[in-house]
Amino acid sequence: MTATERRPVGPPGALPKRAGIGLKPQHVAAVLEQRPDIGFFEVHAENYMVAGGPAHHFLGRIRELYPLSLHGVGLSVGGEEPLDDGHLAELARLIDRYQPASFSEHLAWSSHGGCFFNDLLPLAYDRRTLQRVCDHVDQVQQRLGCRMLLENPSTYVEFEASTMDEPQFLRAVVARSGCGLLLDINNAYVSCINNGRDTAAYLRAMPLDAVAEIHLAGFAVDHDSLGAPLLIDSHGCAVADPVWQLFASMLDELGPVASLLERDNDVPTLAALLAEASSAEALLVARAAPAATIRLAQRRAAA
Amino acid sequence: MTVSSQAGQPGFARALLDPSCPAPPGLRTWNGSSVERRFSVHRNNVVSSLIDVLASTFPVVAELLGEPFFRAMSAQFVRRHPPVCPVLALYGSEFAAFIVDFIARHEAAATLCYLADVARLEFARVQACHSADTVAVDRQVIDFALSSADQVANLTIGLHPSVAVVESPFAIVSIWAAHQGDANLQGVDPMQAQTAIVLRMDIDVLVLLCTAAAGEFTRSLQRGTSLGQSAAIATDLDNAFDLAEVLGLLFNHAAITSICLPPGCQP
Repeated sequence: MTATERRPVGPPGALPKRAGIGLKPQHVAAVLEQRPDIGFFEVHAENYMVAGGPAHHFLGRIRELYPLSLHGVGLSVGGEEPLDDGHLAELARLIDRYQPASFSEHLAWSSHGGCFFNDLLPLAYDRRTLQRVCDHVDQVQQRLGCRMLLENPSTYVEFEASTMDEPQFLRAVVARSGCGLLLDINNAYVSCINNGRDTAAYLRAMPLDAVAEIHLAGFAVDHDSLGAPLLIDSHGCAVADPVWQLFASMLDELGPVASLLERDNDVPTLAALLAEASSAEALLVARAAPAATIRLAQRRAAA
Repeated sequence: MTVSSQAGQPGFARALLDPSCPAPPGLRTWNGSSVERRFSVHRNNVVSSLIDVLASTFPVVAELLGEPFFRAMSAQFVRRHPPVCPVLALYGSEFAAFIVDFIARHEAAATLCYLADVARLEFARVQACHSADTVAVDRQVIDFALSSADQVANLTIGLHPSVAVVESPFAIVSIWAAHQGDANLQGVDPMQAQTAIVLRMDIDVLVLLCTAAAGEFTRSLQRGTSLGQSAAIATDLDNAFDLAEVLGLLFNHAAITSICLPPGCQP
């Protein structure tokens, strides 16, 4: 099946259960020419909060051919300050214009006091933060008229004030707000190594019923002051083996899920990104096979 | 004060941008390792990712300075002028002014007197790239307006939102072009004044070398001044100002988006 035969329409929250990649400006011409068979493209919403020009021109053409995931990196959902109404209005305009199959943001904050920090900053997991995040997620979902997905962060420090761990906190947010989970398996791995936790247990404790998308990415390895590994969520290299393994076992739990290969730094050729996506696609296809579907149903029934 | 508020976002935010500030209170590490070391990951993410944004908006400034100098200067800029919103495509509006001040304080960069004007040109390109899409008027409309009115001088001409005029006492267009792979800096006299009209035609951003008078004329049209007055201003500046040439240049680059008589001048 070629991309032109696929119909990119679908209700919000319904990305195809296939592999997707981030849309990079340097790859757009090649994508339009080659029309690779890829499940979907994801873009950062803020890159399209401009009046006109090539960004919109090309995204419009891509959208005619592929489903789209709109991924925000600047809403500051975890911020102590009120959400920016102007930013929400820009998101609403983009959703209206491009009809993405999914909108997602991060469990993090990125703005304060009139400054935007261009980083996803960590939160104390206490009742006060929980209330704030749930209020903000409610506000976003009401304003945008669709369910949003919230992504688990990569963290380097924890807070003395935290009274919940991250999976507990996310379970509570999902239960109270009805949002979906964007499960970033690389972030989970990075955070667990950085905070001395067991990634498999962390993943099992997440609200897995709410997973509507998975992110996969590469990390850089550094060390803390005691020489322990400190993994940096760099999005600058291929997905690491342990993350692939966690992805495969997550798919055994969940069945196929829309899965994005993220690459934002040292972006390789389109062919290299597509090759990495086809590795993910192979794992997804295996879980979509009838035998795997039956095994999954049996496991769920037993649970 | 609760522990939670001590560790709140105002203190965290302050420490991100101020390297002399210790890591905010209320953080912990699982193994008792240095919080400072781990907090520095965020400090580095903030500053280095924003320097990368500046490097992509100002590639010629970065080449002229060399990477180490550019990153050091940009780090200072980022700390003094962090972005005010998450739309980073248009981050760096104060960069040219910052460069003027920076060059004045750093002898090593004094020979790069044209650097700030190159930055203005590069920022105008980025603004043009992302400006609104507007349809140009077609030839018949222009011909009709120019031929039928006995009030040609009163016509006002609307220009594409991408159009910007950047003028400099330095050869900014040649310097910029020498970094696009189609020329080289040898033979460029940086001390020669140049004016550029920057615009976007369809999806391509163009840098067009023009005379100072043509630049002034274009600016005058943008202010809503009539064709006749704008031409008079340009001719005052330069007797050799060629109205037809500039109008042709703007028209041929799809930059004329309206042409009309101002209110009160209807025939």
